[in-house]
Amino acid sequence: MTVVRVPPVLRQEAGGAREVEAAGGTLRELLEDLNARLPALGARVYAQGEIQPFVNVYVDGEDVRTRDGLETPVRDGSTVILLPAMAGGSLAPLDGVRSRAAEPPSAGACRL
Amino acid sequence: MATYRELLEQTKAGIREVDARGARELGDAAWVDVREADEWQEGHIPGAVHVPRGNLESRIETTVPDKSAPVVLYCASGNRSAFAAQTLQQLGYDDVYSLTGGFTDWKRNGFDVTMPQVLSPDKRTRYSRHLLIPEIGEEGQLKLLDSRILLIGAGGLGSPASLYLAAAGVGRLGIVDADIVDETNLQRQVVHSLEGLGAPKVDSAKKAIAALNPDVEVCTYRERLTSDNVDRILDEGWDVIVDGADNFPTRYLVNDASVWHDIPVVHGSIYRFEGQVTVFKPREGPCYRCLFPEPPPPELAPSCAEGGVLGVLPGIVGTLQTNEALKLALGIGEPLVGRLLLFDALATEFDEVRIERRPDCPVCGDQPTITEYVDYVQFCAAR
Repeated sequence: MTVVRVPPVLRQEAGGAREVEAAGGTLRELLEDLNARLPALGARVYAQGEIQPFVNVYVDGEDVRTRDGLETPVRDGSTVILLPAMAGGSLAPLDGVRSRAAEPPSAGACRL
Repeated sequence: MATYRELLEQTKAGIREVDARGARELGDAAWVDVREADEWQEGHIPGAVHVPRGNLESRIETTVPDKSAPVVLYCASGNRSAFAAQTLQQLGYDDVYSLTGGFTDWKRNGFDVTMPQVLSPDKRTRYSRHLLIPEIGEEGQLKLLDSRILLIGAGGLGSPASLYLAAAGVGRLGIVDADIVDETNLQRQVVHSLEGLGAPKVDSAKKAIAALNPDVEVCTYRERLTSDNVDRILDEGWDVIVDGADNFPTRYLVNDASVWHDIPVVHGSIYRFEGQVTVFKPREGPCYRCLFPEPPPPELAPSCAEGGVLGVLPGIVGTLQTNEALKLALGIGEPLVGRLLLFDALATEFDEVRIERRPDCPVCGDQPTITEYVDYVQFCAAR
């Protein structure tokens, strides 16, 4: 069995688990098995035979896109990390952002 | 027992000497000034490093690690450097020269001399713990005092970053943030305090930085970063950007702008108990679009305002970002280029994954397809 690390935003789909297990000799087999065990989680990561474009998958620290994609071999004892982007930092959430909105020049900026 | 003269003659017989003209033709030699600090401060040979003879044995192997490379040692007249050359030979350096006539003869020949910038006594005291580290020293501290770092956001990640960068003596800090300090910020945004409630975050942060270190010039931008103002802000000249934004449109905007302005970005992001840190250095490693070509759908992209965050997590991730920013400003160490560091606060575990530049990246790839700012809100909402 291979340990699959679940990112915080997908834990609800994994019943709150931080790690789950799945079996398979290649990443494709492993994700098929994950889909069968935890369909809600599997569907977020792997749909219509493809890895979802906004999720990165790492097998033992290597991005599978730089290896053999879904055919990347997975060993017993491998760690698979599922990683969608996280935005969090400090500014206001998404609905507060305008793009191309005119802003007055800030008053206190240094004049160079 | 030998007299000083006899000892000097014996020593000179066992080393190689070179005159000023000959030394200039040695090409890639490492130049080491073995005089005392006060002599160094009155001028030295350009490109030389200062290792006083009293510290030579303990410091030379960190300063000049390659023992097969040519080394030119000099003092004022060529005597102390002769003894120093003998010491280096004993340490296994096999291409060592002592400059005959020393710095005095160098100047007499009319060759270039550098007058070093020096730290004032009060700065020497304030930054003394940096000055003691060989990798930083006076030269590194002067570099920090001359460096310019832009912070995107004065919130969770920007708080520790602004405080530690200011304490380290970064000469100019820019802070971009349009928000006002409110009570919910104080659980983690340690640059702000009760006194700042209701005030713009940039002003609250500026006040805290001024109270900590008046050496730091703070440039505030009380505005949200957009396609319209990003060039104006980046054109003011920054060595490093510390990205602590909380939304995908700003992340992609900062990325594209930093690639086009050729400024490295120290990226940090946090959610609940987990954080990610990496460095996007244009041309040397991947960019944010290489890592995440597409933002996730909105239901998979909650902000900290929606999903929450452990208060200390931005402290940990923000200080890791600061560490990377200081290394980039100093030009030391191995920055997190091409490596994404993952931190799990519940398990207290760090993981690292490799990230590579994508030749087909639309912004930093071989044939870029995005060459001007797009509508980032629409780009992120369209998924």
